[in-house]
Amino acid sequence: MQQSTLSTILNPIERDAGAQKLWVRRFIPALVMLMLLLFWQIVTMLEIYPAFIIPPPIDVAEKFYAVLLDGRLWLHTQATLSAVLSGLGVGVTLGLVLGYLIAKHPLLEDSLAPVIISLQSTPIVAYAPLLVIWFGSGPTSKVITSALIVFFPTLMNTVVGIRNVPRPLHDLMRALRASRWQTFTKLEVPAAMPVLIGGLKISATLAVIGAVVGEFISANAGLGFLITLARSQYDTALVIVAVITLAIIARILYWLVTLLERHVLAWQSRARTI
Amino acid sequence: MGLSVRNVTLVYNAPGGGVLPALGPVTFQIESGSFVSLVGPSGCGKSTLIRILAGLQEPTRGEAFLGDIPISGPSSRVGLMFQDSNLMPWRTVQDNIALPLELGGISKQERYAAVENLLPTLGLSDFGLAYPGELSGGMAQRVAIGRVLIQKPEVLLLDEPFGALDALTREQISVDLLEVWAQYRQTVLMVTHDINEAVLLSDRVLVMSQRPGQIIADIPVTLERPRCLEDIYSDVFGKTAQQVRAAIGR
Ligand SMILES: Nc1ncnc2c1ncn2[C@@H]1O[C@H](COP(=O)(O)OP(=O)(O)OP(=O)(O)O)[C@@H](O)[C@H]1O
Ligand SMILES: [Mg+2]
Repeated sequence: MQQSTLSTILNPIERDAGAQKLWVRRFIPALVMLMLLLFWQIVTMLEIYPAFIIPPPIDVAEKFYAVLLDGRLWLHTQATLSAVLSGLGVGVTLGLVLGYLIAKHPLLEDSLAPVIISLQSTPIVAYAPLLVIWFGSGPTSKVITSALIVFFPTLMNTVVGIRNVPRPLHDLMRALRASRWQTFTKLEVPAAMPVLIGGLKISATLAVIGAVVGEFISANAGLGFLITLARSQYDTALVIVAVITLAIIARILYWLVTLLERHVLAWQSRARTI
Repeated sequence: MGLSVRNVTLVYNAPGGGVLPALGPVTFQIESGSFVSLVGPSGCGKSTLIRILAGLQEPTRGEAFLGDIPISGPSSRVGLMFQDSNLMPWRTVQDNIALPLELGGISKQERYAAVENLLPTLGLSDFGLAYPGELSGGMAQRVAIGRVLIQKPEVLLLDEPFGALDALTREQISVDLLEVWAQYRQTVLMVTHDINEAVLLSDRVLVMSQRPGQIIADIPVTLERPRCLEDIYSDVFGKTAQQVRAAIGR
């Protein structure tokens, strides 16, 4: 998993190369995973650590199956997922709008920069408890932590993306007497799209972190809550189940953004491969 | 539709507070349907002059006219070509060429019909659906020419249109441009660094001084039209090129 993620980030060009090599690329990571699992199983069989510290993979699998059946896993996944998606939606939207305004109005940047920079450089875990105090331990505070953690990178990427639209293309649009709206939709949006999607990739993963941070502090549902609960009961297998579920959620979100990227930025990969 | 410029001066605010005179004062006139080249040392204000004529920038003093109307902003009768092709990499060749029509609210059908007609002239028949990243420099430049021609402009402003090309491609494209011009007879003002190109294409060559640029020579080219590449070896060509070179060196 890690390997394919890295290669996607590092060289998207090579991703589609050589079909006969594809199975090798799938096979080797699978083998590595399998060996890690085997190692994990062996360590637990040696009984160096008690099962509540490192439960054997079989126990984890059984636990996974059990919470899947009794509906608890789905319940908590749903809570986290809805916080993640709402947070992502709110954070990205606000980041895009404010980022665009800042990119277009330097005055706005000058007045907002100090606030934004100090908020951004404060770790979210530090002020997340405040958000829970203000917005309660229900879903709202999770949406807010998730939205906040997504907001800043989106904002930064939007500012960079819009500011870096080539000046000659702006001149072109002016020479062709494009309206403001036309310049926005036909120049600024598509020109900034690669940067924006890059930001969205990061945001998708951050949104999960944000929601879980909120759930850690105080909650009555969600995978973060499940982790806290399971830990207090020394149910380490359940902790691992929740962690794996979170990893899967983050991975699926990332993958969805990659699909979107391939669709929206088809021109990039086509231009590169030729 | 001719172009004229009266006492046009442009002064930039220099970084650090002072002022930086970039251009002028310049005064000249280009008759409707003639092809005029502008040569001069780097930084003398050629691009600035083109931007003023394109309505992208207001002169500090003086006035520029399109026909006899003062220029106050970009006009649909003027086509502007930039130093590099300046295409949108996310648009296909046909959508890049059709951009001016699209912005003018013309229907997709009509747009593509117009592009379809133009592609063979540009030597891009099979490339309508290609992206700029898939084109050579010369082809990209042809797309840029297409984007200007599709507006059917009466005036062409070309700012070093072939600057980024190698000598061979450049020669070929300038001859192509000459053919298009012979057909439509637009009024052309072209900035170039290439004296041969200037002489081969133009009716007149304007020479500018160092910054702030002023017109220091206005050299007529008496070569007969239609012209072709071989005219480079003629006597008239050699003499005119020599004149231009001498004017620049002054
Ligand atoms: N936006 C600007 N702000 C300040 N000064 C500028 C600006 N644009 C150009 N200049 C200055 O104005 C002068 C003329 O610039 P211009 O681009 O018109 O020159 P040019 O003749 O086109 O040069 P080149 O042949 O290198 O393209 C230059 O000295 C340049 O430094
Ligand atoms: Mg220039």
